[in-house]
Amino acid sequence: MLPSNSNWKSKTRKMSRVIFANLLRFLLLVFIQVFLLKNIGYYNLATPFLYILFILLLPFDIPNWLLFVLSFILGVTIDAFYDTLGINAAACTIVALVRILFINVTVQREGFENEPEPRLGIMGFRWFFFYALLLTLFHHFTLFFLEAFSLQELNYTFVRIGLSSSLTLLLILLSEFIFFRKKERT
Amino acid sequence: MRNLWIFLSKYNAFFFFVIFFVVSLILIVQRNSYQKATTLNSSNEIIGRSYEQVSDLKSYLNLGRVNDSLANENARLRSMLKTSFYNDSTISKTIKDTVLKQQYTYIEATVVNNSVNRRDNTITINRGRRHGLEKGMGVICAQGIVGTVLNVSDRFATVQSVLNSGFRISASIAESGAFGSLVWGDEEFDPRFATLKNIPDHVEVKRGQLVVTSQFSLFPESIPIGKILRSDSKSGESFFDIKVSLFTNFSTLRYVYVIKNNFAAEQQQLEIQNKKDE
Repeated sequence: MLPSNSNWKSKTRKMSRVIFANLLRFLLLVFIQVFLLKNIGYYNLATPFLYILFILLLPFDIPNWLLFVLSFILGVTIDAFYDTLGINAAACTIVALVRILFINVTVQREGFENEPEPRLGIMGFRWFFFYALLLTLFHHFTLFFLEAFSLQELNYTFVRIGLSSSLTLLLILLSEFIFFRKKERT
Repeated sequence: MRNLWIFLSKYNAFFFFVIFFVVSLILIVQRNSYQKATTLNSSNEIIGRSYEQVSDLKSYLNLGRVNDSLANENARLRSMLKTSFYNDSTISKTIKDTVLKQQYTYIEATVVNNSVNRRDNTITINRGRRHGLEKGMGVICAQGIVGTVLNVSDRFATVQSVLNSGFRISASIAESGAFGSLVWGDEEFDPRFATLKNIPDHVEVKRGQLVVTSQFSLFPESIPIGKILRSDSKSGESFFDIKVSLFTNFSTLRYVYVIKNNFAAEQQQLEIQNKKDE
């Protein structure tokens, strides 16, 4: 009775820590995206969307419905600031789907205890790079095509997708490196 | 039913995706049709407030640039002030008279640069060639004479003022009609006084007598110059050196008139003819 109780207790503590960390990350990323990155960019060509890092870093064992709900909320929040209601939400749902598929294919279901979150420091650079690249590409692809809502300026849209993706990816890797190092030190 | 449930739970990710994606698309389409009806945009209270806060902060960072732009605007507004404009319209009074033909035309001008403390003082006025100014024209003001036009550009002219060692005009004592030449800076450099030279010593000279321009000067006749202050006769010479107190206050000079002699060309031509004949 006692050990299972303590086990349950430690689980809840772990859970609350995870929730708190993710909530903080959510707010921080939205803040950075809306007040900093929104104003940065190479004209309209390369605009970074770092905020999808939140979806990337959600724990492995998150239920699918929660993942979709969180992604959707994140997208709608960003949309509200960008005045583009629905576009980021749609892109985020796609990111959530791709995330589920990618993790299903590449990560075994067992052993989530050791690897709670898909971090760079835990999963290794190669895995994380492809993970981030794929999700970023899908996100930007959806986002920019929904924004353009036409196939007319195809070249322009593709250039935007390419440049923005590389910028976003760079920022994601950069921030991961920074936080990964911090974790290693402590 | 149970099979359906299994199917749904097996591919739950896809169905969740479909649901949320469709919702997003509905939102997008809705926004396009009812743009103003939506509440989740930057007009929303919370989002608007947070934008406001950040823009408050940002406005501090931009203060330097804002100052610059304000300074620019100030400069622009200043340049729109009346004083910055070069008044191109000249008021030159010409009286049409069939009996008397107009010889002198007056062109009003404003002093834009002036000096009184140097040995050779010049004045710059805001009238030039396009207003009909030429080198050698006389310049007067309401009180008395000012000088002669020295150099002319399109819009400006420099005037060799009376307070210039090179200045010399023919002046006469109004009462007696005796004439000499008025110079300045021979011995003293006081902007209030000038010297009238070459007045023969048989002429009666009294303190307070009026000195005017003579009929030989480039000025019209009898324009007041100043009053006789005192006269000295140098020993051994038969001419007076008369100290004249000038009417014109050069240090506060502002509005002047340039005198255009309409017959100057004719007179010059004739005099050149004379020289040729000699």
